[in-house]
Amino acid sequence: MYAANFLLLGAVLFSIGVFGVIARRNAVMVLMSIELILNAVNINLIAFALMNDSAEGHVFALYVIAVAAAEVGVGLAMVLMIYRNRRSIALDELSEMRG
Amino acid sequence: MQTLTNDNWLLTVGTFLPLVGVALMMFVPASDERAHKQIGIVTSAATLAVGIWTLLRFDFDQSEKLQFFVDSEWITVIHSNYTIGLDGISLPLYVLSMAVTLLVMIYTWDNMPDAGNPKSFIMLMLVLQVGMAGSFIAQDLILFFVFFEVVLLPMYFMIGVWGGEDRQYASLKFFLYTMFGSALMLVAFLALFFQTGAESFSFHHLAEAGALIDRDVQVWIFAGMFIGFAVKVPMFPFHTWLPDAHTQAPTQGSVILAAILLKLGTYGFVRIAIPMLPQGAKAWAPVIGILAVIGIIYGALGCLAQTDMKRLIAFSSVAHMGFVMLGISTLTEFGINAALFGMVAHGLITGMLFFLAGSVKHRYHTLEINRLSGMLIQMPRLGWILGFAAMASLGLPGLAGFWGEFPAILSAYNPNFGLDVTLYRTLMVIAALGTVLAAAYLLWLYQRTAFGRPNPEFAGTHSVGAAAADDHHGADIHDVTPIEWIAWTPFLIAIVVFGVYPQLMFGVMDPAVTALVERVGAGIP
Amino acid sequence: MMLAASASTGWFLENAFLIPLIPAIGFAIIIGFGRRLPKGGSEVGIASMALSLAIAIGATVQWIQRVGSVDEGSGEHALGGVFGFARSVFPTATEGGHGGEAYVEPVIRSWTWWQSGGLEFGLGQHIDGLAVMLLLLVAFISLLVQIFSTEYVAGDRRYTHFFAALTLFSAGMLVMVLAENMIQLILGWEIMGLCSFMLIGHWWEEEANSRAALKAFFTVRVGDMGLLVGTAVIFFGANQWAVENGSNGFSIQAISGWAMSGEASTSVLFWGAVALFIACIGKSGQFPLHTWLPDAMAGPTPVSSLLHSSTMVVAGVFLVARLYPVFYTGFDIGGTNVNLIAVIGAITIVIAAALAFVQNDIKKVLAYSTVSQLGYMMLGLGVGAWLPAVFHIFTHAFFKCCLFLAAGSISHSGSHHSFDMKKDMGGLWRKMPITAGSWMISTAALCGVPFFSGFFSKDEIIDNAHNNGYTFFYYVGLVGAAMTAAYMTRATYLTFFGTARGAAAGEHHDEHEAHDTAAHHDDHDADHGAHGADHHDDHHGAHAGPHESPWRITAPLVILAALAIGSGYLNAPAVGTHYFTDWVEPRGAAVELDGYASDEGHSEALGLAALPRAEEGYSEGCGYTDPSPGTVCYAPKLNHAEFSWGKAAPSIILVAFGIGISAWLSLGVFGGRRNPFVGLTRRFAPARWIHTLLVRKYFLDDLYERVIVRSVAHPISKAAYWVNQNILDGVVNGVGKSGRSAGDWVYRNVDQRVVDGAVKASGVVASESGHALQPIQSGRVNQYGALLFGAATVGAILLILLNI
Repeated sequence: MYAANFLLLGAVLFSIGVFGVIARRNAVMVLMSIELILNAVNINLIAFALMNDSAEGHVFALYVIAVAAAEVGVGLAMVLMIYRNRRSIALDELSEMRG
Repeated sequence: MQTLTNDNWLLTVGTFLPLVGVALMMFVPASDERAHKQIGIVTSAATLAVGIWTLLRFDFDQSEKLQFFVDSEWITVIHSNYTIGLDGISLPLYVLSMAVTLLVMIYTWDNMPDAGNPKSFIMLMLVLQVGMAGSFIAQDLILFFVFFEVVLLPMYFMIGVWGGEDRQYASLKFFLYTMFGSALMLVAFLALFFQTGAESFSFHHLAEAGALIDRDVQVWIFAGMFIGFAVKVPMFPFHTWLPDAHTQAPTQGSVILAAILLKLGTYGFVRIAIPMLPQGAKAWAPVIGILAVIGIIYGALGCLAQTDMKRLIAFSSVAHMGFVMLGISTLTEFGINAALFGMVAHGLITGMLFFLAGSVKHRYHTLEINRLSGMLIQMPRLGWILGFAAMASLGLPGLAGFWGEFPAILSAYNPNFGLDVTLYRTLMVIAALGTVLAAAYLLWLYQRTAFGRPNPEFAGTHSVGAAAADDHHGADIHDVTPIEWIAWTPFLIAIVVFGVYPQLMFGVMDPAVTALVERVGAGIP
Repeated sequence: MMLAASASTGWFLENAFLIPLIPAIGFAIIIGFGRRLPKGGSEVGIASMALSLAIAIGATVQWIQRVGSVDEGSGEHALGGVFGFARSVFPTATEGGHGGEAYVEPVIRSWTWWQSGGLEFGLGQHIDGLAVMLLLLVAFISLLVQIFSTEYVAGDRRYTHFFAALTLFSAGMLVMVLAENMIQLILGWEIMGLCSFMLIGHWWEEEANSRAALKAFFTVRVGDMGLLVGTAVIFFGANQWAVENGSNGFSIQAISGWAMSGEASTSVLFWGAVALFIACIGKSGQFPLHTWLPDAMAGPTPVSSLLHSSTMVVAGVFLVARLYPVFYTGFDIGGTNVNLIAVIGAITIVIAAALAFVQNDIKKVLAYSTVSQLGYMMLGLGVGAWLPAVFHIFTHAFFKCCLFLAAGSISHSGSHHSFDMKKDMGGLWRKMPITAGSWMISTAALCGVPFFSGFFSKDEIIDNAHNNGYTFFYYVGLVGAAMTAAYMTRATYLTFFGTARGAAAGEHHDEHEAHDTAAHHDDHDADHGAHGADHHDDHHGAHAGPHESPWRITAPLVILAALAIGSGYLNAPAVGTHYFTDWVEPRGAAVELDGYASDEGHSEALGLAALPRAEEGYSEGCGYTDPSPGTVCYAPKLNHAEFSWGKAAPSIILVAFGIGISAWLSLGVFGGRRNPFVGLTRRFAPARWIHTLLVRKYFLDDLYERVIVRSVAHPISKAAYWVNQNILDGVVNGVGKSGRSAGDWVYRNVDQRVVDGAVKASGVVASESGHALQPIQSGRVNQYGALLFGAATVGAILLILLNI
């Protein structure tokens, strides 16, 4: 089906994103992977919106894009600060939050 | 209900004016003791001025009606209104409370209790005054209850902070005892409220609707109120907080306690319990009468056993309030009139006696009767005033005490509403015996303390400069000071004036009491 | 029936209320400014008493005119009504030559004093013969005593207070005498009690004096219980009747009318009378409450003379006389031959007279003599001899006052402040002729020697007792007369004859020792301090030995001695005078009730409508039959025994016998002449027992003080207090304590273990599980992400599997 292609694309992108988040040590890569996940969601939202002929999905997608932009902004700033302090952005070295 | 509503701002202003003083005092640092005393005196003087204006505006020809009547919404959820008014029954007590507060305030000028801190002390007294005056004007049960409880806390602190050695025990006993009574009283109030259809807490409504309650229910509700008020009076056997509270309280506290606070209980009987529950009152009257007479004899015997002057006076309160309650228990106009008169008279006389005890303590640093003697030599004026107060207290005609005592005894000969005549006549004779015992303990006190020669322990040093350094052997002994004269003279004058011309008070009270007894009679089938 | 008689009135009668008011104001002035006045307030006291006396004289004159006007109007003058219904063995007595029988309306005024239960009660005056007589008497005696006191207590440290108290005392007595109602009567009665306390305890530095003051006040107060109860009983008994007749149950006139109306319940009257009489027992020193009176001699002599002879102690007698209808009908005096009043009176006469024999203190002899004479007055009232009893008040006041003042004069100038007859007196008649003369005259009057005033009053009481059928009491009266004569002779002998002893002989014993040995020592000032000595020396030179007193002491003595003879002739049947009867006795005539409207003018301004004014009337039997409808009686009609020397003979003989035997014994015992009775108490055991019994005052004081007072003051009150502290307070404290331990238990077991236990347990669980899960939180973001997605995956799988 027409929609199924979009959904499949979304699933692939999502899986790549998940893999990136789990497997990558580089914080920037992880952030990018998160972007992938979010965009996978966006594709799904648009697909469903078209399918159901409603505007809510588009609105949500736009909203997610805005949030993603903000998130990347904050995330990159944090990464930058971490880098400044530690001269490294390897995530497995950051375990200060261990309980 | 007929009411007069002109000048109805007077009561609210008169009652809450002391709070203005309290507010002012909050902005004055505690170290400025003089300013606090001044504010206290000025505030209470202003309050009394409003009280006297109220007295002047009061229509004495219609003293059976509620005057200066206000009825505005307060807590609508529970049907409680801000209903206030004054009639012949409450007027004397209302004005008395104001006068006593002022005089006590004046007395405080140079007789601050040892614990110091006049700021809090005077603020508490002013708050106390609000509670007392409010209790006498309230015409709504919840309002009454609130004022009634407002009184409790300042007195608790006055005893607990500025009291004698045993103050912790005494103040706690006072507080818990009265709280216990109040709790039962509140239950009784609520029962009355729901039994009358949960419509209103106004006295007028409850007096009309309460009479229609079933007799047995009335008896139970009355029991609750009885305990609440009897603790406050205090009646035998609920009196044991009184000697401790009186003995430990600072002079000011004792005076206010004796002069006004005890009257809240008797006033409650006359104003609330009896008119609202006529059949309950009739059922309980013999019990009240018997307990009252036991109180008379018992208080007198307690006095005879005392070695401490202040404690003796405290016990005499139990006896005197017994006469008041005996008068009330007859449910006659005579008896209730006598009771109301007796309340004011006892307030003046016992208040005066406590003042004297305070001043004696201040001078001798002891109140042991055995150690005091020859006061008439060391301080003749104070000795004479003590004699005068003792004579007034034992009910000498021509002084105020007589008019509370004798008509109360008289009324017991012929109780109202078919109460047991034989019982009451027996009570009358026993109560008359109480007057003999009163003479015995008061004269015994007077003979021991005032007559004779001064105890060598205190003698002879009051004029010698060298001994002034030693403050425990008579160095403080001096006659009545000007401040004391100012504080005491009104008491003395009032005792004589009301004694010589009792119509001043009877004339105000009698129409109101007659109307009250009529209403009670209507409620008894 | 007689025609209406319009009674005259006058300013003094209408304004008699001023008589007590003036001394009351005088009292206030003395208390307020006395110390600053040149004579320390005594001048105010004397002036106010003089003014009162002037008004009292005016009122007396106008009252006599009023009686005259009624009698003239009645048309019955000098005809004399027949007093019927005498029940004695003697022939019916007739009142030869008496004035009319019309009721003389008292002058009554009143103002609202207090109100209760819709009734208004007054304060006012009730002026009739009895009141006028006593007003005059009290004002007169008070004046004389105050003049006497200016000398006697001169220099006393509380001179001003003394006069203030004396003046207030007089005011109290006068208030009581003209009381319009019972409350006012109680007012005056109690003011007197207060003043007696102040005056007896005047020298309160000595404990004995202050104890005597306490005892006097307290004993009288015991009796006052009866006054309160009696007033209550009578009030409720009489009130309905009184209100119907436009008055109230406190009004004395209304009570009288009610008691005589026949509508009164007998038991109410009886118990009311009993209760009121108990008050009279206390106040008038009747057995068994007489013990305070002799002790009250601790006060200064003028006080004894005023309070404890002629005025205050007759208050009880006055009360009985005033409310005589109540007692008359309550005890059925007209119909029986024994009743409470007569019995108490008779006992008092004899026991007090017997006690007077063993006293060494001259004032105590007089005190017991007073008690005994008060017994006569009570006896007289009890046997229906109203008028002789009241007349005895009148005559007794003069001679007893004179005797006390004479005793004061002796101690002042003759015996150096001692009152001990055996130690410090004897042979004084040469040194103090005026004092001795007035003493002798008064003694003769007291003993009832013919042609002295006491004879005319006392003999009438005795005679009427017989006439009214109270035969037993007649004999008691005779015995009492003999005893009176005997003990007075003994006292006279010891004081004025024989050899001079102690201070009377000019010895000046150490005064301090005297202070300590004589407990009842009447010294000027009990203080041993600086001012104690100064006036001992200043004005009469005690060291100079006995001498006559100055004029301010002797003048009252002479006046009183003259009256001790003269006053008797106001009502001396032996010489045919009966003024006193005419003027004082309330006529036992029925009065028509004619509504409440009064044309007298004086009752409009009053709070009360006056009782119906007396129209006129004479019915055959007030006190015998009930008044017919529309009429009211205010007094019972009483018999009057007719005087004859034959009937008086027994008492004259007994008095002579008493004087004779006592003189003989006194000469023997005190004068050293041998006779068989000397030393009898040493030789003969029963006589010794009697002597001991008398010296110990029948052990009544022991009973009262050691048994009753001490038991109340100590064990009983202590027990009550113990109950208070341990049982009542124990309950309170117990409740407090058990409340606290219950709280403790709840805290330890419920709160700490159960409630808090649950809270703590949840904490432990949380902590343990936290530890268990700790490894999950590795701090590695990747791992978190893996977990997150794993969880999401699991959730998704679950969603799919469960197909929700």
